[in-house]
Amino acid sequence: MICGYAGKFLEVDLSKERTRETVLEDDVLRDYIGGRGLASKILWDRLGSKWESLNPLNPRNLLLFLTGPLTGYFPGGRTCVSGKSPQSNGVVGSTVGGEFGVELRCAGWDGIIFTGEARKPSYLFVIDSNIEIVDADHIWGKDAKQTLRVLTKECRRHLTEKFPKYGEMKEPSVLYIGPAGENKVRTAVVAAKWTHAAGYGGYGALMGAKKLKAIVVKGTGPLPEVANLRRMRRLIKAVYKNAYDSELWRRWGTGAAGYEVGAKTSSEPVHNWQDEWHNRRSFGVDKFENRVWIKQSWSDFGCPTCCLKISMVKTGKFKGAITDNPDYELQAYLGPNLGIFTPEDNVYLTSLIDDLGLCGIQTGNVLGFASELFQRGILSAEDLGGLRLAWGNTEAFAALAERIARREGIGDLLAEGTYRAALQIERMKNVEVLEYAVQSKGISIGAHGIRSGKDYPDIISYACSVQGGDHTSTAAFPINDPGSELWEIFNDSAVYCNFNSFGLRRKIRFDFYEAATGVELTPEEWCSTKALRILQLQRAMLLLGGPDLKWNPETDDDNPARFYEPLPSGPYKGKVLRRARVDKTKRKYYKAAGWDKNGIPKPRILRKLGLQDVDKALDKIRQATD
Amino acid sequence: MEASFKKSLNYLGGSYVVEKQAIWIARDLSKCSGCRQCEVACSLFHEKQVWPEASRIRIFMLVPGADFPHFCAQCEDYPCVDACPVKALSISERTGAVLVKARKCTACGKCIEACPGRVPHLHPTEKRVLICDLCKGKPRCVQVCSEGGWNVLTEVSRRNRAYNLYARTPEDITHDLVTKLYGEMGEQFL
Repeated sequence: MICGYAGKFLEVDLSKERTRETVLEDDVLRDYIGGRGLASKILWDRLGSKWESLNPLNPRNLLLFLTGPLTGYFPGGRTCVSGKSPQSNGVVGSTVGGEFGVELRCAGWDGIIFTGEARKPSYLFVIDSNIEIVDADHIWGKDAKQTLRVLTKECRRHLTEKFPKYGEMKEPSVLYIGPAGENKVRTAVVAAKWTHAAGYGGYGALMGAKKLKAIVVKGTGPLPEVANLRRMRRLIKAVYKNAYDSELWRRWGTGAAGYEVGAKTSSEPVHNWQDEWHNRRSFGVDKFENRVWIKQSWSDFGCPTCCLKISMVKTGKFKGAITDNPDYELQAYLGPNLGIFTPEDNVYLTSLIDDLGLCGIQTGNVLGFASELFQRGILSAEDLGGLRLAWGNTEAFAALAERIARREGIGDLLAEGTYRAALQIERMKNVEVLEYAVQSKGISIGAHGIRSGKDYPDIISYACSVQGGDHTSTAAFPINDPGSELWEIFNDSAVYCNFNSFGLRRKIRFDFYEAATGVELTPEEWCSTKALRILQLQRAMLLLGGPDLKWNPETDDDNPARFYEPLPSGPYKGKVLRRARVDKTKRKYYKAAGWDKNGIPKPRILRKLGLQDVDKALDKIRQATD
Repeated sequence: MEASFKKSLNYLGGSYVVEKQAIWIARDLSKCSGCRQCEVACSLFHEKQVWPEASRIRIFMLVPGADFPHFCAQCEDYPCVDACPVKALSISERTGAVLVKARKCTACGKCIEACPGRVPHLHPTEKRVLICDLCKGKPRCVQVCSEGGWNVLTEVSRRNRAYNLYARTPEDITHDLVTKLYGEMGEQFL
């Protein structure tokens, strides 16, 4: 067996209430590593033949919680959540921070694979090899903070009863959904702690469809043994040192960006991306630091950076709201994107979004979209159930977020996410609104614009990504550039926090991989074979899509229409994406990825990578586009 | 020797003699980021593995934000040592730490019951109790915590102080930290 793995996966059939152990072959682990890569492999093998007809919310869909060989070793623990995505109908490797992945590995599991659907609300309680499906009626409907409170208390009590002599056992780690997930809202998250979330992909909805409220894990064993512990210790130290040398990154995390990405790089969503520039001093990091941050350093397993801070509103009508920083994405999406420029309002909305179990990025996106339709008179206050959704009207946005989470009134429509909501509103109102939907393939664009050219994403980052608008998985040309999706696939497959690699030599992640597994891996080999294979699998499943939506590369491998409008203000006023440039780069990317002119993986590359069955499955799309 | 050391620590009438190297880990719990590098360092040193539940110092997070390290306070009256029915526990003369004789320990749990903070816990797989031994005077947890600049853990020399105040249960500590952090709002998370 390869080192660095616990060596087995837990399979849970919720319909039959049966569990079993699965061991994957070394070759599979070597090629697909874990997390996102392995999710693609498992999903293709088990669901590939019926992919197009499978509704992501159908019990037959798989819900995966996977770790990787770096989880717990590379400082900053994460867990990868996947399945057929209720947003893109493809596969998204959606990672969430926290101790869950570490705890799972200490319990002796590399991952959990769920199938079926529970008869009634349930949660899974894993204590090492002891697995129990527990009734969750008493927490169904509860918000994030209350869910975690009840589960921590009751599971700790259970552990004490089970191990009466042990002494105090550390609390187990929990992943859960809020009311939004229970109501199968497509922008619902799988959450950890109060504020951590796997948002892209919409797996909270899938978890809700399976009536799975939470997974609680207690692992009492060590992390799986690595091939070279001495080297691993040296590498961990190098990560620590690098983090400690970076004072402002440690102090502010991404919290400085709410101002800077607007004022400096002009790439922050403002009023649903009608602008990407603001220089509102009221939204400076110092305002957050001085007014609302009550804990300066908060981190996940092994993390030297502590990009998280805890915030609490101390005065005014939102007094008592608690969340983390918010991090940049939620600062932006629940801030300037909605015309909100004060820490208190931003913290309040973020706290509410956490409590409801919604994704701050994608719900912020759909709220901004609705507000623009209100601005344009397409949606009236009457359509919105009496809400005057003007920019900056925090209370109206909060009320709408509640309705989305509970699928009440217009909330039911907006709960489908920006893209699907846009399609419905077009039919309802007979007006074109897709041009205001800032998304790619059903997934909202992360809060990093590309018009100014000063932020990190490239002009094809979102258009050609196999994870749509996901800002943590962005396509780039050249395809093997360290900033491209092929490298990001490694982060999500080895499953660790990429933030701790900033400033280090790029190759260090592969050094970690070798120290953990004992398997040699060079960046070149990764990019030209393994990552490319995972990319093709994700691309194939994205293009097969279905059943409610399918993507046509010709029209859907594109930026949101908004990005072709010139920036209206700021230092980069007038900057705009040129379609010809985007198309040219896109064609180059297709070629480098081994895709034909229609964006479909070619038989040659698929056969070279040993994906003959994928090649066969894509024949029908090839015929349809020719 | 051990008995006399213990006696001198219990003497509260003024300055008294302790071994020069005797140390204590001062702890500022509310600063803890919850990074758990102390668990990594402790288990690597003692178990040669990353093993959070076998670490002698463990970070609890019963309420998010209220993360804190739970580990031996080396109470001046050492109730755990007194409670051990098989004399598996002793006090290090040099450091003041509680030492566990693994071969003698029967994992009966009497020391856990005797500790006002229920700090000791059993080894997850072996039949013995785990108590911080101050790494023979060079605590690895303090090292990583200081390197990181969190300064939750600081090494100080052992003096005549009420160290046993720091032996509190995870629930007790959580209650205090949640109050400090969230004020009255904190009640609803407990």
